[in-house]
Amino acid sequence: MGTQSLLWNSVKKFLTCGLIGLTISDRYASIVPVRGASMSPTFNPRARNFTDDYVLVEKFCLKKYEFSHGDVVVFCSPSNHKEKHIKRIIALPGDWIGTTHNSHDDVLKVPKGHCWVEGDNSASSMDSRSFGPIPLGLVKGRVTHVVWPPQRIGLVERVFPQERVSSFK
Amino acid sequence: MVGLVGRLWNLQYKSIVKEASGKALAVAKFFCVLHVTNTYLCTFALAYGPNMVLTFNLTGDMFLAERLSIKFGKVGPGDIVLLRYPESPRKVMVKCLLGLESHSVTYVVDPMKSDRRDTVVVPKGHVWVEGDNIYNSRDSRQFGPVPYGLLEGKVFCKIWPPKEFGSLMKSGMKDPDL
Repeated sequence: MGTQSLLWNSVKKFLTCGLIGLTISDRYASIVPVRGASMSPTFNPRARNFTDDYVLVEKFCLKKYEFSHGDVVVFCSPSNHKEKHIKRIIALPGDWIGTTHNSHDDVLKVPKGHCWVEGDNSASSMDSRSFGPIPLGLVKGRVTHVVWPPQRIGLVERVFPQERVSSFK
Repeated sequence: MVGLVGRLWNLQYKSIVKEASGKALAVAKFFCVLHVTNTYLCTFALAYGPNMVLTFNLTGDMFLAERLSIKFGKVGPGDIVLLRYPESPRKVMVKCLLGLESHSVTYVVDPMKSDRRDTVVVPKGHVWVEGDNIYNSRDSRQFGPVPYGLLEGKVFCKIWPPKEFGSLMKSGMKDPDL
């Protein structure tokens, strides 16, 4: 009888912690691994690493969906809602972005409510250059810090190719 | 004398702190249960406006939408869904799902002007949504197929106004060609 109630207490504690952890991860911040080299050298700078970088993703940005140029965000893939990608926002709604399409240069206007995302490693990144601008509603969080490995702990800087974007605001 | 008062104060202080933290934990647990239910099971939404005037009233209806069907991909043509506006991520809209990925959807391009119809194949990872009232609804006919990731819930029950309480039948809209 004693062990049963002990077990039940442990289960209750476990569930409580799980619920609280899930709520914090959904509403405030969570830590996620970065897979792949599409954001190299910002994340996973060398492919031979045994462990992926881990980053802190904050969810406060989802209250207003206000982002800045150069923010690194986590979003649901437009071609498969079960996959999440991490890329950098290069252009915001209303901006004109310069791209190269079929080897000729093109200028696109980012539609209302959408953004243009690109990986820092343009040689190996599936991003808006292939699937076009994505609705901001697909964004699930903003990456603020690298938290692992210890020697690379730090803030994620906002940098973006300013020469390719023009915003008439 | 001072020592006794001191010890009494410590005792009361400790029990107050214990009770307060116990209550705070209970509140936090309740909030978390509410959040998990709202995010993973079932949520409220309010619909108003002329978009879905055949199914919903103009002046505002409240209904329940469940989240599990979306997460497990169990939605199909004819379902009424809650989704984020592609043009405005803070807004949520209620539309009828007409086509999933790789479905071929035929729609009337501009019902006010002509009967011209167009056919489009819904790309991978996207869905096609239209409002009941095609004369007055911003939907996939204007902004194209919408990524599945924008779907928020499947509407299954109307809860306001009370005399219209009840589960919704699948919308009697045209079937998409498959």
